Amino acid sequence: MKILVTIKRVEDYESKIKVRPDNSWIVTEGVNYRANPFDEIAVEEALRLRDANLPSEVVAVSIGSGAAQAEIRSALAMGADRGILVKHDGFVDSDAVARLLKAVIEKEKPDLVLMGKQAVDVDDNVTGQLLAEYLGWGQATFASKKESLESPEEKAKKPGLKVLGEKKAVQVAREVDGGLEVLEVQLPAIVTVDLRLNVPRYASLPNIMKAKKKPIEELAPPALGVDVAPKVKVVRVEAPPPRAAGVKVPDVATLAKKLHEEAKVI
Amino acid sequence: MATILLIGEQAHGHLKKATLSALSAARQLAQKNGGQVQGLLIGAGAAQAAQELSGYLGTVHAVEGAGLEHALAETHSAAAVDAVKKLGATDVVLAATAYGKDVAPRIAARLGAGVASDILAVVSGNQFKRAMWAGNAIATVEVTTPVKVITVRATEFAPAQKSGSGGSVQQLGAGTPSPKTKFLEFNEVKSARPELTEASVVVSGGRGTKGDFKPIEALADVLGAAVGASRAVVDAGWQPNDLQVGQTGKVVAPKLYIAAGISGAIQHLAGMKGSKTIVAINKDPEAPIFQVADYGLVGDLFKALPELTEEVKKLK
Repeated sequence: MKILVTIKRVEDYESKIKVRPDNSWIVTEGVNYRANPFDEIAVEEALRLRDANLPSEVVAVSIGSGAAQAEIRSALAMGADRGILVKHDGFVDSDAVARLLKAVIEKEKPDLVLMGKQAVDVDDNVTGQLLAEYLGWGQATFASKKESLESPEEKAKKPGLKVLGEKKAVQVAREVDGGLEVLEVQLPAIVTVDLRLNVPRYASLPNIMKAKKKPIEELAPPALGVDVAPKVKVVRVEAPPPRAAGVKVPDVATLAKKLHEEAKVI
Repeated sequence: MATILLIGEQAHGHLKKATLSALSAARQLAQKNGGQVQGLLIGAGAAQAAQELSGYLGTVHAVEGAGLEHALAETHSAAAVDAVKKLGATDVVLAATAYGKDVAPRIAARLGAGVASDILAVVSGNQFKRAMWAGNAIATVEVTTPVKVITVRATEFAPAQKSGSGGSVQQLGAGTPSPKTKFLEFNEVKSARPELTEASVVVSGGRGTKGDFKPIEALADVLGAAVGASRAVVDAGWQPNDLQVGQTGKVVAPKLYIAAGISGAIQHLAGMKGSKTIVAINKDPEAPIFQVADYGLVGDLFKALPELTEEVKKLK
């Protein structure tokens, strides 16, 4: 079984995000970059499936500048087998990402594609769904599991997804409004992962060293036959409106009085 | 004239409130592009919910049929695409709920449309505002395709009011889908409290509760509030997933948000800083939550919340 995982280079969520004075984008100088946290959960799940009992190859794919090699290496250091970088400088919208991934998938023919439900830079939450439709595959978005992240199952690093080899299908518990929904999707399938599927592992030093020797193939959008002109353009970026400074209150009685008389909310 | 198709969401024939917020956004879009809004409901109970939605719109279409009982992205997006083509719609609008986020991009891919997701405001007929980087930046995006798909952050648009005359419901035929996805079960989290995204007051607890939500729940109950939780609480399994407030959980914007024992990680703030009045109660005076709070109280939540509960009882 071949599992393809996506790994996007994004601004570190701990970094202070500032808007450029010309409102064209955010300031990228002095910002730390890392792998999209949701994609790390996807990588972890792929590795657990491989290590559980499924002889698999795990391929990590990124789309971005040459710098995104670092995020592919981080997936390889976690344990992925090899990497693919679709090299492109500058902005690509989620639709172009989906079409690039489709081209890679048609080449690689994986049985399962795992990806983060959203990237924490543009917070779009559409790429997996677009990709599933472009491929004509089934999808399960927001993959989670019934057990908590402090459960014995999680401590034992059991996969949350259930691959049914004989049925060529995967069972996925999804986080939806009002509860957890369980779907069975025929393979090949697209699964986008949510926060509660697993806690990703840290790469060990020996594995970081090993990862340096693992191959990363480079591809380019034209060679994949994909036009990356965006369907959705970002025309302006601005800082969110600031909140007025608040006050500290000394005790609960004062708080209740202020909420009642000043804010008029209780 | 442009036709804007609002795809509503319903369960057991009852319209979800988020649909009415999406309708407000659709009406704003209609004002900008001179179009007219029609409604669409899909699945078992669609006709009944369409009746309800027709109190707000001239024409509401309903599609019911085999294979549409469960809200599977594959089958519902296919039914939506059929309707868009039949009606010649140029814009498709959904609420950015779990359902809307699941279904909308598939509709867009089938129509060759661009998606503006989780929008905060309608700027023009093809430009929309949306949050990026956990709400640390607000982008104006332009959808360049002839057909556009838009999902709407419900807390940013007031629910639509009924229109005077009321409208009609029309049945649309459905194809016979053969999806690659099968519904197995739904484990519903039942609660007597209001829904998190619909409540006018939310009381949330964080790691400071150490998993004991009794004081949070007691205060929520005297206020008629919904209960929320930080990511740490949900990750620990102390509270169910769908109570998580944050960039990656539920985005809420109630009149009053009370955060108790929550430090205020960026991703939590992204989910609640649109609230009208924010109260923070935390032992740590340096906690980032105090930077967004209108009223901050440095103290132990196990002492402060029961006191506040008593104060609220006295005021009622």
